[in-house]
Amino acid sequence: MKNCEYQQIDPLALGTPASTPTSTQCAKNKSHRPRRKWEVFPGRNRFYCDGRIIVARQCGVLPLTLGLIVVTSVLFFIFDCPFLVTHLTICIPVVAGVLFLFVVITLLQTSFTDPGILPRALPEEVTNTERQIDNSGSVTYRPPPRTKEIIINGEVVKLKYCFTCKMFRPPRTSHCSLCDNCVERFDHHCPWVGNCVGKRNYRFFYTFIVSLSFLTSFILGCVITHLTLRSQGDKGFLQALQESPASVVELVVCFFSIWSTLGLSGFHTYLVASNLTTNEDIKGSWSTKRGEESGNPYSYNGIFRNCCAVLCGPMPPSLIDRRGFLPPDVIPRTVASGSELHPFMAKNDTNMCTQAPKKLLETVAHSSLVHSTCTSATPKTALVTQEFPFNSVSSMLSPSNTTQVPLPAARDNRRSTPWTRPAVREGITQKGMLDAYKYQVS
Amino acid sequence: MFVQTHCHSPPLQSASLANKVFIQRDYSEGTVCKFHTKLPSELDSRIEKTLFEDTVKTLNNYYAEAEKIGGHAYLEGCLACITAYLIFLCMETRYEKVLKKISRYIQEQNEKIYAPRGLLITDPIERGMRVIEISIYEDRSSSGSSTSSSTTSSSGR
Repeated sequence: MKNCEYQQIDPLALGTPASTPTSTQCAKNKSHRPRRKWEVFPGRNRFYCDGRIIVARQCGVLPLTLGLIVVTSVLFFIFDCPFLVTHLTICIPVVAGVLFLFVVITLLQTSFTDPGILPRALPEEVTNTERQIDNSGSVTYRPPPRTKEIIINGEVVKLKYCFTCKMFRPPRTSHCSLCDNCVERFDHHCPWVGNCVGKRNYRFFYTFIVSLSFLTSFILGCVITHLTLRSQGDKGFLQALQESPASVVELVVCFFSIWSTLGLSGFHTYLVASNLTTNEDIKGSWSTKRGEESGNPYSYNGIFRNCCAVLCGPMPPSLIDRRGFLPPDVIPRTVASGSELHPFMAKNDTNMCTQAPKKLLETVAHSSLVHSTCTSATPKTALVTQEFPFNSVSSMLSPSNTTQVPLPAARDNRRSTPWTRPAVREGITQKGMLDAYKYQVS
Repeated sequence: MFVQTHCHSPPLQSASLANKVFIQRDYSEGTVCKFHTKLPSELDSRIEKTLFEDTVKTLNNYYAEAEKIGGHAYLEGCLACITAYLIFLCMETRYEKVLKKISRYIQEQNEKIYAPRGLLITDPIERGMRVIEISIYEDRSSSGSSTSSSTTSSSGR
């Protein structure tokens, strides 16, 4: 009986959070562990610690960066600090230690943080975009135009269409060819940190290069002081060098690093004060040649305000939800080609979001029956999982999809997010839902 | 619980996804998260303009609150800088708190306003903060519902 097919699935199996489904239809899912979204991420990234750490596929020279910093600092602590502590002050290793920790922590944060990757457009969104562009109503497929012009704070800004991610890139977003991702507020792809620098990790990057320039300058100064103190008296400078060969290594590394670190810090300080990205500066997007006004529509027209906005602004969330779960038998519908039409009309549409209103509507329908015929009507919350409210498991509602009972998709609930709350909250009775339902078949 | 439908069950059970409408971002004020409040033509017959506008304006206000650059944001930023941003590992940021509020609001709106009209709003965070996806559902008359069956229910617990 078609009407009853989907109801034969035991709702208890679905309602119990994180429980193993007991119905026969779900038995085959027992052997499949729920996969996380990072495992099917389309970009060129690598993930560690079950999706907690994200790096570019090509880590660049990150090991070299880390190695140089650690080796130089360790040599300084071992060979220079004892002499300086006895001859000067204990503050030297303390300051160096703090700077070293700052440098390493911010370097690792820059490298392992999602820079602001934009998830690729889903097929429905792509279809909608193409439909909007195709104003002529022609049925023939043609590629969307490359740019769309918008006005931001009085300035005309062109939004480019990204053929990889199948969307018009938001302002200040750029596609990194190395990582194969669109990154918000894209600054540059830094091989030294092995990751893109974008909206979410720019402050880590800035803190890294500033503290690194301080550390480099500090070590250089301390090593020179150490050698100078050693060479006082009858000893010559060369003898001092021979007595402390590690200092020579530090001297060389710091001398050659300081130009680039100081230069980079100065350049990025200018960018922060102007609220510009490296990408925009290099391309000359907001050239100052046009007059006194820089023409930058994102600037707050004040150095302090720009600095605060860039460095102390709110920390935006990661949009790729790499630790969220995928339903075991649902493959994420990322864009593969531009010719997919009306995927939401397909019978095998397993997009979890499509099940949500069916769940809601089914809840209303059953409540009316249960309420009238069963005195011990167990709330249909039993049918509702504790996952994302409108991504609940309700494939059973689709007559064409009665055999699969995927586990619900869930965002990472590390901090007890509302996405793990029951879809039907306390206080909203089934009768209330029915009363609210006024939808008529047109 | 094991429930069978009555032969004259309401058409809710055969609701199917008919269309999806995407409300785009409004970049007129910069990169702050803001969505267009204009009611799309596909929803003209589905929902009142004022209700829709209220929903989107409230969402815009929430996002503006999350991205507000003020005293609280500066304090958070300075504290984070001093601790080498380690507090982000153990502290819930203001943005995340507001995202939870947004999620609750969308859930509430869906339950009270949109679901009764056969619509469903998807949280923009699920779409990379690019669009507000609104799914439109149509009831289709079930051809198989002519089979009559008694309505029974029993507790499975």
